[in-house]
Amino acid sequence: MHNDFALLSGVDLTVEMGSLVVLTGANGAGKTSLLRLLGGLVGLSDGEGVVAGVSLRSGDRSELRRRVGWLGHEGSFYRDLSVLENLTFAARALRRPVGDIAPALERVGLATRSATLAKDLSAGQRRRLGLAWLLVRRPELWLLDEPYASLDDEGRDFLDGVLHDVVAAGASVVVSAHDPLRSASLTPTTYRISGGRIVGHA
Amino acid sequence: MMRTAWLVATKDLRVEARSRVLLWQVVPFGVLALVLSGLALGPAAAGKSSAAPGLFYLVTLFVALLMISRSAGIEHTPGTRESIATLGLDPAGVFLGKTLALTLELWATGLVLLGGSVLLLHTSLVGTLHALPSVLVTLGAMGAAGTMYGALTAGVDGPATLLPVVTLPAFAPLLVAGERSFSAALHGGALWEWWLIVTVALVGYLAVGVLLYGVLEES
Amino acid sequence: MKFTQRYLGVATIVTLVATIVLGLWVTPPATQAQGGDLARLLYIHPAIAWVALYVSFGTTTVASALYLWRRTRSMVMDRIAYCAMEVSVVYIILTLITGSIWGRPTWGVWWAWDARLTSTAILLVLALGYLALRRANDDPEIRARRSAVFGILIALNVPVIHYSVLWWKTLHQGPTLLTPGQIAVHGSMLWTMLLSFFAFTFQFFWLLRARYRVEEQATQARGIEQADAIAARQREGA
Repeated sequence: MHNDFALLSGVDLTVEMGSLVVLTGANGAGKTSLLRLLGGLVGLSDGEGVVAGVSLRSGDRSELRRRVGWLGHEGSFYRDLSVLENLTFAARALRRPVGDIAPALERVGLATRSATLAKDLSAGQRRRLGLAWLLVRRPELWLLDEPYASLDDEGRDFLDGVLHDVVAAGASVVVSAHDPLRSASLTPTTYRISGGRIVGHA
Repeated sequence: MMRTAWLVATKDLRVEARSRVLLWQVVPFGVLALVLSGLALGPAAAGKSSAAPGLFYLVTLFVALLMISRSAGIEHTPGTRESIATLGLDPAGVFLGKTLALTLELWATGLVLLGGSVLLLHTSLVGTLHALPSVLVTLGAMGAAGTMYGALTAGVDGPATLLPVVTLPAFAPLLVAGERSFSAALHGGALWEWWLIVTVALVGYLAVGVLLYGVLEES
Repeated sequence: MKFTQRYLGVATIVTLVATIVLGLWVTPPATQAQGGDLARLLYIHPAIAWVALYVSFGTTTVASALYLWRRTRSMVMDRIAYCAMEVSVVYIILTLITGSIWGRPTWGVWWAWDARLTSTAILLVLALGYLALRRANDDPEIRARRSAVFGILIALNVPVIHYSVLWWKTLHQGPTLLTPGQIAVHGSMLWTMLLSFFAFTFQFFWLLRARYRVEEQATQARGIEQADAIAARQREGA
């Protein structure tokens, strides 16, 4: 609930390990709210749920948050730090080897922009920085909120490639989008959300 | 906890060094406020050092509000908060780190304003140097308190107007203790009572912050 | 709970009436040097200040601590803390008003930076800050958490503010002339003053109980609104 508005009121969802799930729906349908719920970023007011072994009603949400990775609309980093500084902060926070940063930057195509401040990146580049952040983090569950928005064909193909690799490596990925994915390399399970409820499944 | 504190402190200081808000906006505001204070006192009283300690701390209070808002705001830009929440940082370490960074920034600003006191308000250099330890500890207490109140008011409707309302009553005893100890350093007088106030405030806020900052991060 | 309300109400009325009767008609006036009839504020001002600064703030702090402790965490504690703070604001304002009335003949002005009044004024802003913080948060859980932390900080602030202002006022100067609160109290005056402490304490808990009932009913009303909102959202989805 938020300000007496029921964000979600009828969700029955299962995400298997090593799978890709896409949540589609119009603006205001509840896609972002569901992602935030799955990530332990908001509480569950009614019902039950278990994500990465943590109960959404009674479990330790901070423990859940450590196991998920989030990529939102606006970006996932400190705007006044450079690409490399942001990733170094994340790596040190999680006690990941700092050596993992260079391969992540290579993978997302930002190796030559490591000294660029995050606020000076384009929207597409900020999206890639967010992906690099997740590649360094290597969470069990990836939650991506409309990652395909504003991407051109090349950008969409790139993102498809990253998601394919991530799922193949065993992580679970939940993506929100306005429309079902049209990708040759991905075979997602798609749920359609409307009015805070799941109304379709494919 | 200490490792996280160092990580967060260096991150905040790096953000500040990169953005230069402190250098180009906050410090000039503080100096201007000192000048305006002198103008407000009138030509006869403007050069009197007796008013300097109070004016120094009054200006520091308002400067601190700007810096607290900025410190808390670093973590609350759209998208950043969710990503940082998923890093699993120890909340006590985050509190100590942000307190350390804010305190260092307050010290830097405070040193400039002390220089302003000597120059504009004619406090004696020797007396001002004697006041330095109490100034540093008082600003440390402000840093700890400010980090808590900044987190309390971050991400809500109207944080710019809410922060002063919740913070200034808590800063009032620091203003009093700071002014009295600065005055004592300049002109002589009782000192230990003011050290007690500031120390209790500093230790109290550090303890509450270490224990309860995680509750605020959860919200 | 109506039982408690009724007994509290009776105790409040009885002790208040007794305080008024004793205070206005039975106890002798103080000497002229001590303010004469004005000193009858002795039976109001200290008791109201006691309730404002110790009983009500103490209730908020204890309820906040109980909310933060997982074993006793419940929205009941949050509501108690909030309602106590609302009632506290009323008592703090009354403390300032009665203190000024008492001090006016002595000081010649309504406000003379008396240590207790000054620290009380600062605490009034602190209490208003608590209420402002609550209004800035719509989510009940977030609001409860932030308010509870602030409630703990209040416990730290009250003695620090009190002593800092007291020492600010009293250090470097000798004993002042007789001021409100320094009247020699004995005999029937003492008993009446003690009775007033009980009277205003009962009154505080009576008001708190009544305010809590209103807040509880408001929460129930919001629950009904939430159920309607869920139903409407589900119709939207269908």
